Amino acid sequence: MQTRTPLRDDALPVGDGRPAAVVELAGVRRTFGRATGLADLTLSVPAGSVTVLVGPNGAGKTTALRVITGALTTEAGTARVFGLDPAGPDGEQVRRRCGVVAAKPALYDRLTGRDNLLFAAELFGMGRHAPVTDAADRFGIVDALDLKVGGYSTGMKTRLALARAVLHDPDLLLLDEPTSGLDPESSHAVLELVDGMAADGKTVVMCTHLLLEAEGLADEVVMMEDGTTVMAGPPEELMRRFWPHPMVVFRAEVGASLDRLRLMPGVVGFARTPGRDDEAEVQLDDLARVPGLVASLAAVGVRLTKVSPHEPSLEELYLRVRHR
Amino acid sequence: MNWARMWAVARNDLRQLARSPDFWAPMLVLAALFFVVIPVILLLTITNLGDVPTISKVSAALELLPQKAQAAVRGATAADRTTYALAVYLFAPLAVIVPMTISTAIAANTVVGEKEKGTGEFLAHSPASEREIYLGKLVASLLPGYLTTLVGFGIYSLAVNLIVGPNVGGWFFPTRAWWVLMLWVVPPFLAITLSVVLRLSARVKSAAAAQQASGLVTLPLIVLSYGQSTGALLGASRSGLMVGAIAWAVAILGLMRGAKAVTRARLLGIDT
Repeated sequence: MQTRTPLRDDALPVGDGRPAAVVELAGVRRTFGRATGLADLTLSVPAGSVTVLVGPNGAGKTTALRVITGALTTEAGTARVFGLDPAGPDGEQVRRRCGVVAAKPALYDRLTGRDNLLFAAELFGMGRHAPVTDAADRFGIVDALDLKVGGYSTGMKTRLALARAVLHDPDLLLLDEPTSGLDPESSHAVLELVDGMAADGKTVVMCTHLLLEAEGLADEVVMMEDGTTVMAGPPEELMRRFWPHPMVVFRAEVGASLDRLRLMPGVVGFARTPGRDDEAEVQLDDLARVPGLVASLAAVGVRLTKVSPHEPSLEELYLRVRHR
Repeated sequence: MNWARMWAVARNDLRQLARSPDFWAPMLVLAALFFVVIPVILLLTITNLGDVPTISKVSAALELLPQKAQAAVRGATAADRTTYALAVYLFAPLAVIVPMTISTAIAANTVVGEKEKGTGEFLAHSPASEREIYLGKLVASLLPGYLTTLVGFGIYSLAVNLIVGPNVGGWFFPTRAWWVLMLWVVPPFLAITLSVVLRLSARVKSAAAAQQASGLVTLPLIVLSYGQSTGALLGASRSGLMVGAIAWAVAILGLMRGAKAVTRARLLGIDT
């Protein structure tokens, strides 16, 4: 992963010390007949950040991306991207600065990779002399550039879609489940791109339900459900909010014996590990308490088989938030 | 309105079309059949048969034509007069059916095709305006049909002049009424049809549904334009100019209304 330097002109901090927001959605609502796409979505994407939208299918992630580019209008609330209304008369200016990779690569199968890139170059006002070969080379598909896209593998199609999305050097990259159905190598290429864009100070918004991808990549995580934000913020902050104290996993031969921990000094939180009867996740006011707790349990005959500090993952956070 | 982007959309569609021989080959066969095969066989047959009783009966039927049209028919014999009348008056539908069939088939698929293949998502997120996309699609649908018709018309003109010309005092085709028909009457009728078909293509859910619906909608339009085209050929060239002028007015109105049918939401497959 590359070192990030997220300070471009439009990424300079504003009054509160945070970078200016590239995307600002406030109370956005969008329905599709009786179905609700976005219920009351409020979202702020700081310039130069990688913001990951996570949520189950139907949470409204794709709709949010479509609202950001102005491809969909809103029924209520306000949307501002680069300070402009993307669905209004200035929408063209917004879309010129966006690069989008949709959930399906959205490529013209009967045309060659080069044709697809040239078409994008023309739409984005770059003319037919756009650096399509360089863009293809960046994603390792330059040898297939003159082949029909219909013959590409899924991974090659995604790489081409990525090359097309960055061809015009967008300021805001929007990725909708970009690694869905990809082999590990292609997934890695996508994540490299995201990291590379962030290193260049660009702003990235990525939808995913593969939280492992977001780990270590996201500056901001937005958890969505039923078209609204359930929780949002930097991953560390979210973790601290949900698990404010250090966590230790205790496992014992007799799971019920771990209940003794609830009443012990320094224990500020106790929960059974989901799916395991013999294990508990214990939050402590201080990790230095662990030797004392182990000694106390041993003294009353509890036979421990595992004691280890635990750093919760984004996936655990997501599951806890969803099922609380 | 960015014309370069509009042309980019049109070129992209035309490029896809050019790489789809399974689509354009049958269209070429249709054009060849209507513009070359059927007229050549018919005209050669009558020319070679001469004044047999059947031809004389057909020639007599020419009296049903308006006086002005009858007076314009050239030729000394019944066969000559029949071939002349067939070449000038009977094949008017060629000029209408061929472009409408080709262009309708392309237009029916053009917007819904983007939805079905998912490429509409790319267009929806692109800087191209809805109007640029609509006009690009219109041009991409109109050009193949109209150009095929113009080329077919050229070949047809050559064929009738070579077959019928020597018997009626030299090259005679296209007549002034045919020029008016080809350059003034056919284009607006084509535009009217396409404005309807593109609206359908933007609204339906599948290419199959678009083909079905456009077939139903364009049939009366073909009949109407066939009738008007024949009328324009049989009447004075002024009537052709008038028919064309009315058709242009309707076409412009239809295209303006049709432009609203192509929206970003519809390109995404969302119709609410």
